Amino acid sequence: MSAMSNSNWSRRSIFRAAAGMAAAGTLAACGGNNGRGGSSGSGKNLVQYFHAYGEAGTEQAIKRYAKAYTKANVTTNWITGNNFEAKLFSSLLTKQAPDVFEFHPQLQLVKSGQVADLSDIIDPVKDDFNPADIKSHTVDGKIYGIRMIDDPQFFYYRKSMLEKAKVEVPTTLDELLEAAAKLTTSKVKGAYLGNDFTAVQNPIIWSAGADTIDANNQIAYHTDGVVEGLKKLRQLFTSGHVLLDAPTDFWDPSSLNQGLCAIQWGGMWSMPAMQQALGDDLGIFPFPSIGSKGKQSVYNGGWSMFVNAKGDNVEAAKAYVKWLWIDQKKYQEDWATSYGFHIPPRTPIAAGATKLKSGLPAEGVKLFTDYGHFDNIAYDQTMQTAFADVIANSIRKNGNPEAALDACDKKVNVELKKLFG
Amino acid sequence: MSTTTTRGVAEATVAETSKSRPRRGLRSNATLNFWLFTGPFLIGLVIFVFVPIGWSIWLSFFDARYTVTPSHFIGFDNYKQILTNSNFPDSLLTFTVFAAFIVPTTWALSLGLALLVNQLRFMRAFFRSVFFLPTAVSYVAAALIWKMSIFSGVRFGLMNTVLGWFGVDNIAYLANPSPPWYWLVIVSLRLWIQAGFYMILFLAALQNIPAELYEAAEIDGAKRGWQTFRYITLPQLRATSTAVVLLLLVAAYQAFDEFFNIIGTKATWAQTPLMELYKAALGTSQDYGAGSAGAVILSLLICIVTLAQGRIMGFGRGEESK
Repeated sequence: MSAMSNSNWSRRSIFRAAAGMAAAGTLAACGGNNGRGGSSGSGKNLVQYFHAYGEAGTEQAIKRYAKAYTKANVTTNWITGNNFEAKLFSSLLTKQAPDVFEFHPQLQLVKSGQVADLSDIIDPVKDDFNPADIKSHTVDGKIYGIRMIDDPQFFYYRKSMLEKAKVEVPTTLDELLEAAAKLTTSKVKGAYLGNDFTAVQNPIIWSAGADTIDANNQIAYHTDGVVEGLKKLRQLFTSGHVLLDAPTDFWDPSSLNQGLCAIQWGGMWSMPAMQQALGDDLGIFPFPSIGSKGKQSVYNGGWSMFVNAKGDNVEAAKAYVKWLWIDQKKYQEDWATSYGFHIPPRTPIAAGATKLKSGLPAEGVKLFTDYGHFDNIAYDQTMQTAFADVIANSIRKNGNPEAALDACDKKVNVELKKLFG
Repeated sequence: MSTTTTRGVAEATVAETSKSRPRRGLRSNATLNFWLFTGPFLIGLVIFVFVPIGWSIWLSFFDARYTVTPSHFIGFDNYKQILTNSNFPDSLLTFTVFAAFIVPTTWALSLGLALLVNQLRFMRAFFRSVFFLPTAVSYVAAALIWKMSIFSGVRFGLMNTVLGWFGVDNIAYLANPSPPWYWLVIVSLRLWIQAGFYMILFLAALQNIPAELYEAAEIDGAKRGWQTFRYITLPQLRATSTAVVLLLLVAAYQAFDEFFNIIGTKATWAQTPLMELYKAALGTSQDYGAGSAGAVILSLLICIVTLAQGRIMGFGRGEESK
């Protein structure tokens, strides 16, 4: 107040100060958190995007690897929250786009020229990789991403609880329903398939003997077996024997660790945390088979590194990706086995990973090899979202599975037409 | 209140300095002053509002997937797609149901709170603050509290614990859409956050009603309570009520945060228009064309509804029409 009425303050200087402050504020806002670490260090500046892994030490590890690289200054954006895709995709359209990012192989990224062809750096070591991981990243003979980790997803169960309820490990969906009923007590729910059941949307298809889309890029999921599976899961959903609205979703080990359920769908990444909490009272099994044509399945998800083809530093980014994810085998093994468990996509590294050699991790590797289904690069996010609606409408809502699948077909066909003409 | 103070100070300063420097007062050039004061705001408005609106209309006629600078003109295909082959029309229905419920409920609750607080003889400031405080909470933070601790589906969630005392089984409020318990979660959250703010508006309006009106009514034999409320308080609150309803409607149109965090995008129910557009444009399908087409449709709808509401409730008309 006194400053305002003091005539030492000329109007002009106040205005100037205010304008200066406003300008500074605007600049600061523009500067934002674009992850570029200013001009310190030598060589080029690169930015990489990672989604926030849940396991302790992962962020530090990624930053440690990046710091060890001498040819460029690599900054990491560690993106928390559940909408990594949205943040990644919207930033890719801007000047602040990352040079390097992790994601899953998706045809649309290739068709739109968003991801760079990495064939020249992968080809020399191509035979090292799990052939399925090469196939899922290949379009017209070119390889567009480097697989960092393979993440099989399957059911975990508490051995002691199954023994106590005299339940065998389920191999068919009917058996899973029965087991869930027998395992449910006043404190513990029989099974947990994630809060919205979409975590198992691909395994339902595979376990019913169907596929997402076939080799000719036509819909292959719309079968009687899948319809049967959807009906059975609706039964399970309404039975009161599944855990719903848990504080953490399927990708977090807490529900099983805290004794909220006896069986939980999860990823291999959760294994170390579960073993620590439950010791030997832990087993795993694939998604049970559905119907007469079905067979058990495991979803081999995972994460891959991509280079932004529209960025300013494509060559430098490729050099960095090659250095870390092709040459630095120690880091690759550390990344795959020191935090959560993941299967290294490169066979020599997987063969040398002692932590995955025995006990439950070895069983996980066996499920991955024997029952695993990999991503199909052409089954893109739009189609997956359309199928997630099928899950919502026919499992969580009492909708007719046939009608839900018909609606899904329509959306998927539009997308297939966009991709393949 | 704060605006009047600042204006007073500003005028004083202007008066003082123009006396000391009479040759070129700022007052002399009205046009320059107009642009000086509105300019920065206008520039911001153009860059952050008008350009995006225009851009989005332009995008809506192009095949704009994974790009905001598309080149392939496709006419009305995006509009056709968003209206026939998507969940966008359903979301408009969802929103209408939501607005039809939340607007009158919030209106009534905030008016009720204002009447109660207005009646208080002591601790009025305390209760006013208590009811107003939730306004300061972010929707996202509140949504997480509602979802993970109050309406969590596990046996130790707050609601399930309370129900457990009466022997009621655990309820999955959010996972299971039938019966639609999720509306309870969303509506209670929105009421909790919003009611306090509109209560303050009503409270201010209540305190502006001249006491003579009530005295005169009493002399004329009107009974205290319902009669005075119906024939004096309510008509006197008409301007505020209209403003509150309009603000509530706009807020309901913008509903996103709590739906996004509580229901999520993996459901097919309780998806607001903005969520559908978010999924189309910013989700993993990145179809800015279809998203923009939906945004244009939504903007047109908002315009129509606002105009219609203005017509019906007389918002923006002169004082005499009250």
